[in-house]
Amino acid sequence: MMNVFVAADNIISPLGVTTRSNVEQVLKGAGGISRRPGGGYGAVIPPGTLEPLADAAQLQAYTRFEQLLILSVKDALSRTHISLRNERTAFIVSTTKGNIALLEEGDVPTLRLHNTAERVAACLGAKNKPLVVSNACISGLLAILIGQRLIRSGQFDHAVVCGADLFTPFVLSGFQSFQAVSDEPCRPFDAARRGVTLGEGAGTVVLTNQATSLAGMVARLGEGASCNDANHISGPSRTGGELAGAIRKAVAGSGLRPADIGFVSAHGTATLYNDEMEAKAFHLAGLQQTPVNSLKGYYGHTLGAAGLIEAIVGMHAMFEGIVPATAGFQQPGTSLPLVVSGQPRQRPMEHYLKTTSGFGGCNAAMVFSKVIL
Amino acid sequence: MSNTSAHITASCIIRGNTVVKNGVRVYEAPPDVTLPEFLRGLYDRYSGQYPKFHKMDLLSKLGWAAAEILLQEVPMEHYAPEDTGVILANTSSSLDTDERYAETMKEIASPALFVYTLPNIVIGEISIRHTFKGENAFFVADAFDIPFITGYVQQLLNEGTLQAAVCGWVEQYHSGYDAALYLVEKKPRNGSLPFTANEAEKLYR
Repeated sequence: MMNVFVAADNIISPLGVTTRSNVEQVLKGAGGISRRPGGGYGAVIPPGTLEPLADAAQLQAYTRFEQLLILSVKDALSRTHISLRNERTAFIVSTTKGNIALLEEGDVPTLRLHNTAERVAACLGAKNKPLVVSNACISGLLAILIGQRLIRSGQFDHAVVCGADLFTPFVLSGFQSFQAVSDEPCRPFDAARRGVTLGEGAGTVVLTNQATSLAGMVARLGEGASCNDANHISGPSRTGGELAGAIRKAVAGSGLRPADIGFVSAHGTATLYNDEMEAKAFHLAGLQQTPVNSLKGYYGHTLGAAGLIEAIVGMHAMFEGIVPATAGFQQPGTSLPLVVSGQPRQRPMEHYLKTTSGFGGCNAAMVFSKVIL
Repeated sequence: MSNTSAHITASCIIRGNTVVKNGVRVYEAPPDVTLPEFLRGLYDRYSGQYPKFHKMDLLSKLGWAAAEILLQEVPMEHYAPEDTGVILANTSSSLDTDERYAETMKEIASPALFVYTLPNIVIGEISIRHTFKGENAFFVADAFDIPFITGYVQQLLNEGTLQAAVCGWVEQYHSGYDAALYLVEKKPRNGSLPFTANEAEKLYR
């Protein structure tokens, strides 16, 4: 299979507006979750962070959601020689809810996901129409997998894969209606976990098949897979068998064994059922001795951006040979034990695995490997 | 990548209160029948034994009914569940249900509606009904991009990621709707067509 590399990346989140600042914060153990003025917790980009960047880039005419995507893509692309103006560059946008914060204004065209993606694409001068992936909480990781597939199809040499979602009353009220929101910062895999903390942010990876344009330590995409539990639309699989199947496809398809995986960057939403399902899946996939982490205690759940943001942090942690800590974790809380830690740990590694799961019974898993070019 | 052949072994187009299965009109309701009534009519005619249907939003009812009609009398049991996937697209995402859910936020937010504020839930509903456990993807585009969807599904079949897929377009916003589902398999069945964008287009138009 054709090799696809990550040429550059970006994260915009409460932890910073570049990948570097985000990774530094995570490895220091500094989280982005704070108490909200109206009560409860969220990981919200502080006011005054985005505005100067948007003003400098003359993005006043764009919505906050669109500004996030545009700024994230621009920063990532500025570190490469790859251009969206090239007809051989695909443009993929991952989001669950886009401009849903503007629903009350009743401006339906703004709410349409492909419209907002097209505005972003036009602002960035993209030659190709944007491909919008909206597949619940696996969207971000699935978008990377789709980017790899588009390059392997021979139609493209590069793919700019970006994703974003905002912290909105729409989504917050929905998770609250499910009684799935934690009344303290979320605690993935912990015995006392009581649900999700929502977050917001954007992530971008620039993919390329042209290794000669890259130098130094870079991430190569391993194999990936998505799947469906075929069990319940709002509850995960009882067995974890389906996610385990996607993991096996990803690991074995990459020519690896479970022991080759440095750590698993899990979905780890900190709901009772999600984390339990993942523990079962990791056992079924032979990863019971592999360190597992969740980044939700730093970022909250960023929905359509989560797979991207967490994959990017994972790649850089892999470069550093560090398994990031699981913020909020103290006591093991799954029926099958996992190697989870509230502290970061050093571990030499060549590969790590990212997994995601979401409403509609969907899961995705993908291997990332480090290579020296 | 070599292009192994694949086949459209069934199709179901639902629009204008009419159902066309494998190129043949099989069901029609008068134009004054509303979308909820029309979908209920399809349920009564083609199923009648799946109470979960009544909890679904209109987008999921439409996609579920189209898949039900598509797969009637098409045995799929010989496939491993993980070899069968669902790849769909539309233009309005879940916007119709987003609006309905937002109405409930003013009083008591409805979890039963909130879960449908994601377009891929229709993939979940079809997967649950038919035990499809393979690849998922939901795309949102201005129109049904048949060359893209057929190309993506062909690639999944070529890679061996899937042996069979339900793919197509499931669009609904307010009273407007349009569904086109295709069953695509590596092995042909009686009356199957070559899996090409051109054949899919002919069935859709």
